[in-house]
Amino acid sequence: MNLEILGMGVLWLFLYGYMIVSSIDFGAGFFHFFNKISRKDHQVNSLIQRYLSPVWEVTNVFFVFFFVGIVGFFPSTAYYFGTALLVPVSISIVLIAIRGSYYAFNTYGAKDSPVYSFLYGATGLLIPASLTIALTISEGGYVNVSNGQVRLLYGELFSSLYAWSVVILAIISVLFISSAFLQYYAQKAGDNTSYRLFRRYTLFWSLPTILASGLVFIGIRQHNPEHFSGMLNIWWMFGLSFLFFSLVVYLSYRRKRLGTAFVFVMLQYFSAWFGYGASHLPWLLYDELTIYDGFVNQTMAWSLIAAFIAGFLLLIPSLYLLMRLFLFDAAYIRGERK
Amino acid sequence: MIDYDPATYSRILTGLTLGFHIIFASIGVGVPLMIALAEWTGLRKRDPHYTLLARRWARGFVITVAVGVVTGTSIGLQLSLLWPNFMELAGQTISLPLFMETFAFFFEAIFLGIYLYTWDRFKSGWRHFLLVIPVVIGASLSAFFITTVNSFMNQPQGFELVNGVLTDINPLVAMFNPATPTKTAHVIITCYLASAFVLGAIAATKMIRGNRHAYHKKALHLTMVSAFVFAASTAAIGDLSGKYLAEYQPEKLAAAEWHFETEEQAPLIVGGFLADNQEVTGALEIPYALSILAHSNPNEEVIGLNEFPESDTPPLYIHYLFDGMVGIGIYLLAISFMYLLIRRIKPAWQYNKWLMRGIVAGGPLGILAIEFGWVFAEVGRQPWILHQIMRTPEGATTAEHVDIMLYLFIALYIALGVTATVVLRRMFKENPAAHELEQRYGDRRDDK
Repeated sequence: MNLEILGMGVLWLFLYGYMIVSSIDFGAGFFHFFNKISRKDHQVNSLIQRYLSPVWEVTNVFFVFFFVGIVGFFPSTAYYFGTALLVPVSISIVLIAIRGSYYAFNTYGAKDSPVYSFLYGATGLLIPASLTIALTISEGGYVNVSNGQVRLLYGELFSSLYAWSVVILAIISVLFISSAFLQYYAQKAGDNTSYRLFRRYTLFWSLPTILASGLVFIGIRQHNPEHFSGMLNIWWMFGLSFLFFSLVVYLSYRRKRLGTAFVFVMLQYFSAWFGYGASHLPWLLYDELTIYDGFVNQTMAWSLIAAFIAGFLLLIPSLYLLMRLFLFDAAYIRGERK
Repeated sequence: MIDYDPATYSRILTGLTLGFHIIFASIGVGVPLMIALAEWTGLRKRDPHYTLLARRWARGFVITVAVGVVTGTSIGLQLSLLWPNFMELAGQTISLPLFMETFAFFFEAIFLGIYLYTWDRFKSGWRHFLLVIPVVIGASLSAFFITTVNSFMNQPQGFELVNGVLTDINPLVAMFNPATPTKTAHVIITCYLASAFVLGAIAATKMIRGNRHAYHKKALHLTMVSAFVFAASTAAIGDLSGKYLAEYQPEKLAAAEWHFETEEQAPLIVGGFLADNQEVTGALEIPYALSILAHSNPNEEVIGLNEFPESDTPPLYIHYLFDGMVGIGIYLLAISFMYLLIRRIKPAWQYNKWLMRGIVAGGPLGILAIEFGWVFAEVGRQPWILHQIMRTPEGATTAEHVDIMLYLFIALYIALGVTATVVLRRMFKENPAAHELEQRYGDRRDDK
């Protein structure tokens, strides 16, 4: 394995981490708002709050980590993606800013406001939709590079089946991942009302998840046949993903081992995510930029990797402590500890 | 209308984001230290007032952290969006501290989450206190790493640029450049100073309004003692910054001081007006002071602005920014010193209305000084984005619609600023300290 692949692998892993934790977070925010307007149950929302409160800031860092890391390991991406994505990513920033701050305003502010709750509930679904544009344009065909100018072709983007299929998959995945996590969390908390609700959501969103994934396959075959055939070469990774998905549905339906079920959700997305990523290589931006010509100098690459290992050793015990105190502490989850 | 120039709009938008972010970022670096000091004092003296102080500060802090985090994300991405050409070069040379900053922040975020939700979780208060230490360290390290990147922009080194090709890259040499020691120290200590004054201003407001609860008195005392220490350190570090500039960026110092001709025994010009022929009127002139600031020696020569081609020098209005920053710094030192002095020699005047008003003013002034300082640092580096390597317009994006993005972000920051203020005010108004003390600790003592 060379440094280029190692660097990309690390970044891809962090983006995967962001996808999982932010999906839980975004979905929970959305359910929080949805339950509030449909007056479902107050209990459900306090359960969601107990999970969200200590971790929301951590979620954001996964993302920061990715975009700082990619400019470090692949400085040319700043030039290509930075120029092309000015508008879509600016919109994402605005949404992330609204979501993060209104979450804090609503949670720590003196009273719970329906407007604030709406703002962070709704933005949670729009953020993944707008962020996927970065992945979509990496397939090529949406960006025009000529005499030193990089331009995003909005017409191509908005009329593309592939682009929309990715948006749909992103939103549905948020709801699916989040429900699967919350059904586990609710069961652990012994909160039966919430558990039944989230079990229903998990099962409800399972079929759309698979349909949307299918749509992405169709979209990519149409848009970038080369990438599609690359995906077929490692079809087993997507097969594994489907297998994990089936296990999630089975376990949720049978009301068994929900913790394991959530691990399967993570594995389902892990194999699909890395299958997609591996078949995308060597391109960072299809037909323009590969991981080899966009890579940073060797000295910087090694120092980034060294910093990464040192930082990781610091973070693992800290994250472990956070999870032990809030995710795996039954008394906390049940709300018996403040 | 002016023609659409992406570089100009990029500069305005970056300035806007940084100007807004720096308020919350500075509080984010300084307040954790104050929280730690309060909680530690509370444990040491077994005084619930200090513990509650830490608790309430921490609660307000979350709101400012949230805005700091999201605007930090904003500037992090805007660097690549608005300055793609600069970031392509920076990625090769200075991405290490940027990357490390993420880790420092990650570390801080994890422990802040734990800290906020574990107040009553441990039997010993000391264990909870331990959790704030990583928050303080993470916050200050974040500031350190980010400021090394800014130092690099002022004093780039650790690489060779031959015909547009980068060679001999050394990330650590780039990170620890000559600007790093003074710049990082100056940034971190002034964050502490401004934060201490922001918190002190709250306590002083209570005094003016006649709320003489011991809780607020203790808050005032703790913040003013800390502020005095930070202000004195700021003065010392500021002096070293002057010496750094004289040696490495003489044109920046000369522009800030309206020092045009190279001369020995250079005077320091404060305030004043500048005519087209470089004639200064209405200024206060302190003999030898510039030579002392630059070289610690009244007879030493200080390089003047006229030694540099005009195309390589910054705009001269930075003089006022420099004076404003230094003036406020001196004010903060003086007012915190006054408080300590009066407390000592004439305790009856300790909560004198005018003294309290002076302290209240110190809160917003401290933040203003940070704004002045950063605008001075950034505009004073012009026309370079990377000193003597890359000019600012060369680093900017060529994309369309930067102007629309500017309006979008103006709207965003107005919304965030207004809501944050409303929420903070409401949070503490609806739950005054005295009320919370009674509720939590059954404390009915008054200050008498």
